[in-house]
Amino acid sequence: MKKLAALAVCAAMSLATVLSASAADTITIGVFEPASGDNGAGGKQETLGVRYANYVQPTVEIDGVEYDVVLNIQDNESSTDKAPTAAVAAADGASVVLGSYGSAVSIAAGDTFLQAGVPAIGITCTNPQVTDGNENYFRICFLDPFQGTVLANYASESFGAKKAYVLTKLGDDYSKGLGYYFTQAFEALGGEVVADDFPEGTADFTSYITTAMNEGCEVIMAPTSIEAAQLIIETAAAQGVTVPLLAGDTWDSNVILAAAEGKDVQIYVTTFYQEGADKEFDAAIKEWINSDSELLAYNGGNDTIAAVTVMGYDAYFTALEAIKNAGSADPADVLAALPSTTYTGVTGQIAFDEVGDAIRDTAFVKVANTETGAWDFVAEQGVQ
Amino acid sequence: MDFLSKNLPYLLAGISVGGQYALIAIGYTMVYGILRLINFAHGDIFTVAGLILIYATTILPLYISIPLTLVATVALGYIVERAAYKPLRNAPRMSVMISAIGVSYLLQNLALYITGGLAQTYPAIPFISNTISVGPATTKVVTVITPILTIILVIALMQLIGHTKIGMAMRAVANDFETSRLMGIKVDTVISMTFIIGSFLAAVGSILYFANYPSVIPTSGAMPGLKAFVAAVFGGIGSIPGAVIGAFIIGISENIIKGLGWTTFSDAFTFALLIIVLLVKPTGLFGEKATDKV
Repeated sequence: MKKLAALAVCAAMSLATVLSASAADTITIGVFEPASGDNGAGGKQETLGVRYANYVQPTVEIDGVEYDVVLNIQDNESSTDKAPTAAVAAADGASVVLGSYGSAVSIAAGDTFLQAGVPAIGITCTNPQVTDGNENYFRICFLDPFQGTVLANYASESFGAKKAYVLTKLGDDYSKGLGYYFTQAFEALGGEVVADDFPEGTADFTSYITTAMNEGCEVIMAPTSIEAAQLIIETAAAQGVTVPLLAGDTWDSNVILAAAEGKDVQIYVTTFYQEGADKEFDAAIKEWINSDSELLAYNGGNDTIAAVTVMGYDAYFTALEAIKNAGSADPADVLAALPSTTYTGVTGQIAFDEVGDAIRDTAFVKVANTETGAWDFVAEQGVQ
Repeated sequence: MDFLSKNLPYLLAGISVGGQYALIAIGYTMVYGILRLINFAHGDIFTVAGLILIYATTILPLYISIPLTLVATVALGYIVERAAYKPLRNAPRMSVMISAIGVSYLLQNLALYITGGLAQTYPAIPFISNTISVGPATTKVVTVITPILTIILVIALMQLIGHTKIGMAMRAVANDFETSRLMGIKVDTVISMTFIIGSFLAAVGSILYFANYPSVIPTSGAMPGLKAFVAAVFGGIGSIPGAVIGAFIIGISENIIKGLGWTTFSDAFTFALLIIVLLVKPTGLFGEKATDKV
């Protein structure tokens, strides 16, 4: 009897995993994003932008025929070993795949997209290796060599910093890459760098912050995931750190604002979009987010608009533009149409260079306002 | 003075982390001492305790949610033992271990499902979340409280084991499972008690740990759990003072290594230590000599 019951349970569980086939007359866009793990919060915000774009424009017209656009959202769990599996699922039947938040998983999934022959559009994965040598991968954001240089310039020009502490995560391509480019640029400007890294699962950053203070660093550069960022901010505040914390696009999240609120810390980030730059867009997406508690939870519990959400929105429309240009939903045709596709989105003009990277030359610098819990615009920074 | 002000923060962090590892390590070592089982789910019970407090504080005030967390965690430890380990009491030891790994993944994935995979922010607990100055270093109150509270709890636990009826029963069961059952000791009650104590200490450890590092993800307990396990082995698995001393040594060493600038190797050190201990002195610092019962 016991065996029979166990068998019944097993049978029911395997039945539940069998999925039904999808309907015809639709175009599928794969969304390859983390919804859990280290980058879960950011990945969800980026996916939210794609979902909003799909809500605004749920159809695409090819040769006078109206097709429904269906999103196939797959969670890569922020993990490089789970990424290829999620990539296969996202590419299955898709005309084009969007994502991912986090460069490491995008790099890990690059080969999968190449073999599947499906073009991929990176939304905010800023590491050069994502598109380098992969003709299927495109992206709509700026790159880490650019972002690292911007941050180094900003540290040196605005804070007059001569010594920087660079804290990166072991085995994280995004974190290591951005840290490396920052170091290069900062040393070229005559600065000195003290570098440390932390392993996965670190919760105690006391020793790192202590080292930064002991070395007399004037700025802390910490290009890490949001999860680690929360703890770094907490530790910095607890230890009374007075020097500014710098980070890349990843930290542009309301999770960081919540962590910094009411604490005596200075946090500067570079990012793709500043809330308030397009008031109509902001108002419309806020109304949409507030209309459903599920969406609100997806955005981390409030309606602050992260830059990655806006980038997700633009990525979806860039993909639609490419499908229209291709005049077909066949991934091979979309791939051929992508290099010449241009689109003017909320975050600015999007066009691709020969590697498949977006041509962009400015980043926004924002500071966390610890009293109001919002981002304040500081400057638009480029590089010479 | 300059040397002190530069190095005191490393030492403080080490002692504090050591105390938190110690509270988890006791759970491992007690269960091992009695059941010869490495309870891999222990680290996850620690995580769940963190999540319970987060969700409890959204609807209840802190002075209710903290006791509630302690009670709920104890209940969880009890249920896990009853549901996943007790039915396997007469099965080979390996089956119980596999069951423990299963429970560990079950709890992790339940946490993943409930939290949606996102980091949950731990509420600030008045007083212990405040910052204070210790000499030239600035830190949180909890950093200072952790080692003191750990030592008080360990002394209380030693008293319980050494001088009460249930403590005597525990020692008997640890010594010889079968004989103590023949002597009329309710073995199941004793084992449940062990899990209750272990889970209670894990819950206390979780409050101290997350008050210091206020972000809980489903795998938050994995690393502290593993390190506490190493601490238990290092101190001699089955020995409570051994686990506590092992935990403090590991916590402090880790932070000294970070202070020396070898941050990349701080975790590697812990696990290298595990291998060395197993090779050189498998019974650990205070472990009993292995006596194979014939």
